[in-house]
Formats: sequence, structure tokens, C-alpha cells
Amino acid sequence: MGGYPRSPRVDALRKTLLKLQEHNFRSRVRTVTDGAATGLAILSTVLVVAPLVAIFIYLIYKGASSLSWAFFTDIPKPVGEAGGGMANAIAGSAMLLGLGSLIGVPIGISGGIFLAEYGRGTKLANAVRFTADVLNGVPSIVMGIAVYSLIVVPQGHFSAFSGGVALGIMMVPTVCRTTEEMLLMVPNAVREAALALGVPNWRSVLAITVKTASPGIITGCMLAFARVAGETAPLIFTAFGNVGWSSRLDEPIAALPLQIYVYAISPYDEWHRLAWAGALVLIVLIVMAVSLVRYVTSRGVLKGAS
Amino acid sequence: MGVGIEVTNLNAWYGTNHTLQDINLNIPANHATALIGPSGCGKSTFVRCLNRMHETNPIARVTGTVVIGDLDIYKDCKPVEIRRRVGMVFQRPNPFPTMSIYDNVCAGLKLNGYTNRRALDEIVEKSLKNSALWDEVKDDLKKKSGASLSGGQQQRLCIARALAVDPEVILMDEPASALDPVSTSKIEDLIFQLKAQYTIVIVTHNMQQAARVAEKTGFFLNGRMVEFDSTHKIFTNPSDKRTEDYITGRFG
Repeated sequence: MGGYPRSPRVDALRKTLLKLQEHNFRSRVRTVTDGAATGLAILSTVLVVAPLVAIFIYLIYKGASSLSWAFFTDIPKPVGEAGGGMANAIAGSAMLLGLGSLIGVPIGISGGIFLAEYGRGTKLANAVRFTADVLNGVPSIVMGIAVYSLIVVPQGHFSAFSGGVALGIMMVPTVCRTTEEMLLMVPNAVREAALALGVPNWRSVLAITVKTASPGIITGCMLAFARVAGETAPLIFTAFGNVGWSSRLDEPIAALPLQIYVYAISPYDEWHRLAWAGALVLIVLIVMAVSLVRYVTSRGVLKGAS
Repeated sequence: MGVGIEVTNLNAWYGTNHTLQDINLNIPANHATALIGPSGCGKSTFVRCLNRMHETNPIARVTGTVVIGDLDIYKDCKPVEIRRRVGMVFQRPNPFPTMSIYDNVCAGLKLNGYTNRRALDEIVEKSLKNSALWDEVKDDLKKKSGASLSGGQQQRLCIARALAVDPEVILMDEPASALDPVSTSKIEDLIFQLKAQYTIVIVTHNMQQAARVAEKTGFFLNGRMVEFDSTHKIFTNPSDKRTEDYITGRFG
């Protein structure tokens, strides 16, 4: 720039230009940083979703061809005979999960309500919370053995009831802790609003606080449900499995994960194929059950409700 | 109709913090009474003692007497009963987010076991009209959530909700401090109309607001009530030096 005459106006202009360049550089850095952060977020999302998608595709690849109408209507056939299905296992799983939810959901939700609304800061609440966390970490096979020695041994036989109890106990900690967390997220202002109307505390808790938190609580229940739906270990010593039909609580009952387990470790190709089909059906049924509950509970939500 | 409130030797604590000290005060029926003072002076605690909301905090404690109408609220009745007779409107609008506008208004009645449909319809309409919200929401009563309204509308919804249980006293804890000027003036107009039927106690940081809506004003400072007199006197010729300093903006 030496060739140009120096003048205050030119100097000022150059200064402005430099500033603009500096500004451009900074804004470029920002754009790059922004892009990198977005890219990372997308990458992580893909990494999270990829295993699920991969499993699902693999299950369809391996299992879909063995699916037939008979799979859903027939009971297992003896080794060597072609065909046969898992109808009794599907029904058995439904029964075990129903019983498990019947036990686990009410106890878990009540426990969560106690932790968040009544016991806050008390020693009892801390003890309950700690117990729930430990229970959550207990290996499922241990849960099976515990229920085995508490129910199966005294009764003298395996039973659907003991299987349901094992699954129910496994649901309690998840349901309890998510219920607590969701209730704690309800603003105190909502509780105060109810109390200030002269609503008794118990009623305000049930009709206002729990209702406000219900979408989250339902999610917690569904998480717990989906988790125990695939559990095999706690059922080995309790529900035991059954090659035939049973609808009795006091008899051994078949369950999808058990059936998959038995078929998968068998030496027969035909059974391996059925195990793949069973795994596919199990996942699809879980997804359907969760979606159904979501659909049913999301109806009637008002415009603008948060 | 509104009733008067007699407060004698009222003391309140949060833990070891003595937030209200020896408050004595007579709040007249069917008038609006404003409470002013700097943040943390105890005026919110004071109104929360008038419907026993203070004690919902586990570390809170109260002594003294509060007589509302002919009811000694710390002696003669349960907290739940007094809260039905003394409504409250909070600083931040707090409609029940999962309820429709309609259900928000009649929440107090429904949750206390009131089920007569036709009567509820009437009460909802009357309460929303009294809170100057009816025309804005009458078409979406059961379709929209209370949380879908604007801040000012939500606050009027909260007032309607308080009116629906037919209280004698309405406590307002800075009801307009989270609102824009237009919504604020609507709330103030409302207070003007409501005091014909209810006794109103309003906490406010806005001294013009106190001057506009209230006949009586109390000045709180550091947990004590410094002065209580007609609003006109407080703002033109206060007897206490500290009141004068506060209203002329020398502190607070």
C-alpha cells in the first residue's frame, strides 16, 4: 500500500477494513465451531440408534422367514417334527407381564409418591431410595433365586405366580425412582395453588401433582415393563417354562424369553430358526405394547398442555 | 361479602429466621389493603399467615392470633377450611397445566367433592366474568389447557379459580409483577371491582399500584410493620421517617 498517499481518511478506511477482516475471521471460526458441534451431536445420535436398528434388521433377516400363522397359534412340537409355534409362550409372557405390572406398578408408584411428596428429607425416605437403587442393581438371576427360595420352595412347585412376583419386584425400583424424579419436576407453585384452594393434601397429591407428572410416570412404567419383558434369568427358577398350554397361576408356564433361551441352546437348526422368530416377535410385541399405552394415555391431552 | 381481619401479636419463623415480629393490624372488610416494603421484609410471609399457607413449609412456625370474620383461624379450624374462605393469587400465574380452562376454574370445587354439573357451569361462567376473562376464553373452555393462555390471561384465570370457591378474603401476592403494563392495568381494574364483594389484601412492590387500588396501606420493614394508615396519608404525610424514606425512594 506504500504507493498510496497517506491521509487520515485512507488510514481510517484501512482500519475499518482490518476490523472487518478480523470480524469475518471470528465469524468463520464461530461457523466452523457451530458446524463441528452439530456434527458431533448427529454422530452421537447415529451411534445411539445404530445398534438398535442393526439388531432389528438382523432379527428380521434371521427370523422373519420362520414366521407363519402357526407360530402364533400352535404350541411347540416335539423334536424332529416340522412346524410348531410359540403361542403358549406368547400367552404366558402376557400373563407373567400382566401379573408383574399388577404388582410392580402400584408398589413402585406409591413408593415414588412417598419419596417425593411425604418423605422428603426423612431418614426413612433416604433408606427407601437407597434400597431401591440397590435393588435396581441386583442381578436378575439373584432375583430369580430369591423368589425361588421365598415362594417356589415353600409351595413345592414352580408357578406362573412366582414368575410374576419376580418380574414385579424387578419393576419396582425403576417405577419408584422415575415416579419420584417426575414428581419432583412438578413446580411447587402447582402444589401451592391446590393447597391454597383448600384442597386436602392427599387429594392435591393424587389429583394435581401425580396427574401433572403422569406422562413421565407412564414412561417410567413402560421402561420397567420393556426391561422385564425380555428377562429370562428370573423366570428359570420360577415360571420354569412349559411345553403346553397353561392358564393357571399355580402351574409352571411358558414365556417367550425362556422359550427363546431353550431353543437357542438346543442343537437343532429348526429350533434355532424358531428362536430367531421368537426374538423378533418379542421385540415387536414390546414395541406394540409400549406404543399402545402411549397412544391410549396421550388421548385427551389438551391443546397447549405442557 | 368480605369480612375484616384482626391480627394480634403475630410472629413467624423460617427455621431460626424470625421473619415476622409482633405484627398487630386490623384489615377492614370490603376494602383493598396494600402491603409495601423492600424485598425480604416479611410482607409475603404475612399474607401467607392469613390463610395458613406459611405452615406448609416444614421448617416454618407461627404464633399469635388471626381472626377472620368471627373465626380464630389458628384455633377454631383446620387449615383446609380457612383456605376455602381465604383465596390466594400468587406472584407467578400457576394454572394447573394438565387441566382445561374450565377444570382450572372449578378445580377447588371439584376436588372438594362438588359435582353438580349445571351449578359448576354457572359458577365457571360467573367466575370468569368476574375476572374479566370470559369473553376471551368462552369458546375454548374445555378445549384448551390453562397453560396455553398468555401470562396476563393465566393470572386472571387464577383469580377466577380463587373466586370460584366463593371466598370472603382474597390475598394477592404481587399479582401483577410478572405481567406487562396492559395486563397489569386489567388486574388493577379487577381489584377495583372485586373489593365491593371481597376483602382484598395485596402485596406489591409497585407503589403507584398501591396508591391506585388500595384504601389502606401498610409499610413493612425487616419483619416489622412500621406504619399502617390510609393510603393517602402514607403517601403524602407518613408519620414515620422510615416510611417517608422508602416511598421517596431513598432506599429499597
